[in-house]
Amino acid sequence: MISQFFVLSQRGDNIVFRDYRGEVPRGSAEIFFRKVKFWEDGELQEAPPVFNVDGVNYFHVKVVGLLFVATTRVNISPSFVFELLQRIARVIKDYLGILNEDSLRKNFVLVYELLDEVIDFGYVQTTSTELLKSYIFNEPLVIDAARLSPLGPAAIFSQGTKRMPGIAVTKSVVATEPGGRRREEIFVDIIEKISITFSSSGYILTSEIDGTIQMKSYLTGNPEIRLALNDDLSIGRSEGPISGYRSSSGSGAVVLDDCNFHESVRLDSFETNRTLSLIPPDGEFPVMNYRMTQPFKPPFRINALIEEAGSLKAEVFLKLSAEFASSITANTIKVQMPLPKYTTRVSFELEPGATGQTTDFREANKKLEWSLKKINGGSEHTLRAKLTFSQESHGNITKESGPVSMTFTIPMHNVSQLQVKYLQIGKKSGSHEPYRWVRYVTQANSYVARI
Amino acid sequence: MAPAPPQSNRSPSPSQPSGKSEVSDLKLQLRQLAGSRAPGTDDSKRDLYKKVISNMTIGIDVSSLFGEMVMCSATSDIVLKKMCYLYVGNYAKVNPDLALLTINFLQRDCKDQDPMIRGLALRSLCSLRVANLVEYLVGPLGSGLKDNNSYVRTVAVIGVLKLYHISASTCIDADFPETLKHLMLNDQDTQVVANCLSALQEIWTLESTTSEEAARERETLHSKPIVYYLLNRIKEFSEWAQCLVMELVAKYIPSDNSEIFDIMNLLEDRLQHANGAVVLATTKVFLHLTLSMADVHQQVYERIKAPLLTQVSSGSPEQSYAILSHLHLLVMRAPYIFSLDYKHFYCQYNEPSYVKKLKLEMLTAVANESNTYEIVTELCEYAANVDIPIARESIRAVGKIALQQYDVNAIVDRLLQFLEMEKDYVTSEALVLVKDLLRKYPQWSQDCIAVVGNISSNNVQEPKAKAALIWMLGEYSQDMHDAPYVLESLVENWDEEHSAEVRLHLLTAVMKCFFKRPPETQKALGAALAAGLADFHQDVHDRALFYYRLLQYNVSVAESVVNPPKQAVSVFADTQSSEVKDRIFDEFNSLSVVYQKPSYMFTDKEHRGTFEFADELGNLSISAESGDSVVPVQRVEANDKDLLLSTTEKDDVRDTGSNGSAYNAPSYNGSAPSAASQPLADLAFSSTSMTSQAPASGLAIDDLLGLDFSVGTVTTPSPPPLTLNPKAVLDPGTFQQKWRQLPISLSEEYSLSPLAIASLTAPNALLRHMQGHSIQCIASGGQSPNFKFFFFAQKAEETSIYLVECIINTSSAKSQIKIKADDQSSSRAFSTLFQSALSKFGLP
Repeated sequence: MISQFFVLSQRGDNIVFRDYRGEVPRGSAEIFFRKVKFWEDGELQEAPPVFNVDGVNYFHVKVVGLLFVATTRVNISPSFVFELLQRIARVIKDYLGILNEDSLRKNFVLVYELLDEVIDFGYVQTTSTELLKSYIFNEPLVIDAARLSPLGPAAIFSQGTKRMPGIAVTKSVVATEPGGRRREEIFVDIIEKISITFSSSGYILTSEIDGTIQMKSYLTGNPEIRLALNDDLSIGRSEGPISGYRSSSGSGAVVLDDCNFHESVRLDSFETNRTLSLIPPDGEFPVMNYRMTQPFKPPFRINALIEEAGSLKAEVFLKLSAEFASSITANTIKVQMPLPKYTTRVSFELEPGATGQTTDFREANKKLEWSLKKINGGSEHTLRAKLTFSQESHGNITKESGPVSMTFTIPMHNVSQLQVKYLQIGKKSGSHEPYRWVRYVTQANSYVARI
Repeated sequence: MAPAPPQSNRSPSPSQPSGKSEVSDLKLQLRQLAGSRAPGTDDSKRDLYKKVISNMTIGIDVSSLFGEMVMCSATSDIVLKKMCYLYVGNYAKVNPDLALLTINFLQRDCKDQDPMIRGLALRSLCSLRVANLVEYLVGPLGSGLKDNNSYVRTVAVIGVLKLYHISASTCIDADFPETLKHLMLNDQDTQVVANCLSALQEIWTLESTTSEEAARERETLHSKPIVYYLLNRIKEFSEWAQCLVMELVAKYIPSDNSEIFDIMNLLEDRLQHANGAVVLATTKVFLHLTLSMADVHQQVYERIKAPLLTQVSSGSPEQSYAILSHLHLLVMRAPYIFSLDYKHFYCQYNEPSYVKKLKLEMLTAVANESNTYEIVTELCEYAANVDIPIARESIRAVGKIALQQYDVNAIVDRLLQFLEMEKDYVTSEALVLVKDLLRKYPQWSQDCIAVVGNISSNNVQEPKAKAALIWMLGEYSQDMHDAPYVLESLVENWDEEHSAEVRLHLLTAVMKCFFKRPPETQKALGAALAAGLADFHQDVHDRALFYYRLLQYNVSVAESVVNPPKQAVSVFADTQSSEVKDRIFDEFNSLSVVYQKPSYMFTDKEHRGTFEFADELGNLSISAESGDSVVPVQRVEANDKDLLLSTTEKDDVRDTGSNGSAYNAPSYNGSAPSAASQPLADLAFSSTSMTSQAPASGLAIDDLLGLDFSVGTVTTPSPPPLTLNPKAVLDPGTFQQKWRQLPISLSEEYSLSPLAIASLTAPNALLRHMQGHSIQCIASGGQSPNFKFFFFAQKAEETSIYLVECIINTSSAKSQIKIKADDQSSSRAFSTLFQSALSKFGLP
């Protein structure tokens, strides 16, 4: 059971504060914020998501730059609280459409209303957006989406959290469209986060795909949905030595290491024909999470080189090769590379005719940054950088720099080959055929090349 | 609030100066609206209420509006009502008189047509937290529990718990716990059932400290009928309630193996749940149920591996951390089960350092003959990491792997490469490791020394690393060509060496070097001893003096003392005792796992809740059983150990048996009487506290004391009687200073005789009496029934002082004593003396 719940802004202001049991002293929000801000514990400089100060346990999760915090004095299950905090954030988002500091401040009465029903005296009552509907009477004041900072095409996914990307839909589950009727539609997003480590010789050391099938339904009348996945999908992979590298563009079967499902999912016909059936609740939720270590074709190859060029100079050479179909475009690509500590100046040389590319040398943490707005499949991009050092480098200059890491988003592409073959909506609700959106996206989680 | 006018949503910062005037503004406006029935009033009220609650959120005190808020609450608008309830709930506690005003309308709303209103009003009514209003709660709660709407019942059940916290006796007297029990087993709505379970667990846990019956009631929650009843409905419960139920099931003790398999089969698909909390709760059930079946237990490990790994990668970063902490625990218990999964524990560059740290420990644990090469290669990559603390951890991890492996050739090479990397922190960590490695594998000395010899001591600054280097210089001085000269230059810079640890090592190293290469070292030794004797640090000074006298006495004896032939260290001591580890495992799926501490180390007694109390109760019932039922308990533990601890630690099987994991408590089916005989129960408790509360430290102090006494009076085993200086003096300033500095060495409670109480009409009487016993008062105060005194006393013929704080309550005839002492070893003796002096007070 939890004692308090509160949401703090990045500056530490209380946006929402609810004390359920009155057993934690009043100043807890300040104590918490100071502790997180100035974390000092041995060698670790970053506050872990849960810590104990004077017998009070403080849990926090970061959502869109806000801190969602719960406190308790009892020895509770930490994963219970983290899941709960994430779920509270999701419920609030379902109601407000857009979750950020502004929308929270505008709708705090509604948020309190939700919090009162979600938790009573510290005990969770329900986090179902659907069930909550009957207890919630405030209507959301939807903030103007146009007033949000200009979004790149993929910024819709850059919600700040590493693995829970948001959905492009910023519509409240309770708001009605202008015109009085709700649009019948359902969104299914297949989001894959890939982690890969290349050795200095370009060999793949480790790779993993963490995928989620997210759903957000605006259908009325609770129709049953059937999602058919690849016929040849298999689950459970013996942890043998990773077999040789092979192209995934072939018709190789998709083998998941493991997966889990939302509680609304029925698996009756999953064994026979790989079909999931469910009656989707309101709001956004993951239908299925999966994990895969089967080898796949990495979308990008990175070549990185650093060479000494004189006594106080060195040169960095970076090459990106996009190894996916030319019909697909990756966007918001960012490449980072730590440079030797004694680097003082960097001059960059982009390829001739480069557009939409920027470079930067972050003096404070000695990092090279290279950003590209978009990369078409099949293309190659290079960057040269000349480094100036303040002292002679002793030893191995490659040990003093790297590894190269990159982030990117590739819409309409998924590396695992997992597919939603069809999306069937049980009974027709109304005369309109509902809109169905099935979208794929691949993102980098930890995409690293050693040098 | 559709037609919301442009909000005055100014950025609310707590330093807003206009708080006061704004509150009085709001007050005025609320008053104007209170009686109005004009159309649109509700909308204006909503806006005002919103402003009030906004102020409340950012910490401005708006409690002065209480009256006006209540006046305005006569409305049928449910949004308004809700805001009003929120406000009232927040301020009723500080305004108990005004809270009375709200009772009326809340009670009326409890009888509303609309179940929503009934539920909301009941919740607010119970949330007032005002003790003198409890009489108004019983009626509405009683009807709420019987309401035909499940929403009202869920609210009412939690309401009972709230009432219990305001006034336990009212709650018990109204027989609410019985009603909840009935509801739990009969209600159709699973959230009502879940709330009953939560409420009953809390109530009976708190009650059980005083009532045996409550303790029994709480035990019946883990009984077969209830556990089965809940398990059979598990899929109807919300995911949160499923966690609650499974926490309960984990405490259940099945009577035979088929029961265990039934439960596991039933819960099997819960491992595929997307909610990490459900998966971990299921994992706990599986692990705890199968403790007595070694082979199945191992299968459980295999089974839960994949789901937990999926949770680590699919959850939020925070959730990943929580799950990873649990995986960490499992990996530490059974590393070989995870030895093929080592790649999952590789660090990702963007992970926070607390996650990396866990992963490094897991990599260290799972390293074995087949994967060591790859793991060490990976770890070496991290050594050049930009995150320096992690780089250090990685090097330490390589070292630990080297120490736990037999084939270390490759690793030693890697470590030596670290030394050549010329990064200060890498060199430092590597030096410490090479030193430990040499202690275990002296055969590597040639290779290591060749590299270590090239390191200039000027480049090593960190004390630990410097000490390690110096140790090696001393230990291997015959192989290191310039060892005497390096040591000599270190001795020359004695005064600049700030670390006592380094200076101590330097003394020893110079000694060792001297025995091996006397002519070259003699000068350095002389200088070191002289510097050591002049050192302000006690230990350094003492060691120098000791060496000096040893050398004076006999050089060859000195050599056999300082540099005897050494045995290679086979196993380095583990930092965490196995009892602590088992205790954490018992508390699986709780913060204990994340903090890597058992709950008693971070939770106050009153908040330990079901986890901790369950353990104590477990002990209670175990000890109430006859001896032969304890035997299987030990067998269970022993099996678990055999299965899980491949590197055998010192198995304190017996201790862990009494460590009382809840699932061992066999007090079920009503056969075991829980009328635990008190002495036995005491025994169990004390044994727990012995094992759990760091026995080492407690014993060590006793040993030291024993030593002290035996030095003084070799023949008498008991301490000499304490005599006090009758003319002790102490000025109040010194008293205060000492009181602040010294720790409390004893705190006790005595009863006072009625005669003493009768004589204590004023503090002065006691002062004179205590003075007669050589105990002086420095300050006193208070009036009947509470008196407070500060006393002091001094040992006869010594400067050692005792300080006492003594609080006497004449109505309960009790005195509470806190003693602080310069010489803590004798505070017990002093306490006896003080007590006897006090007990004579008032006697004719």
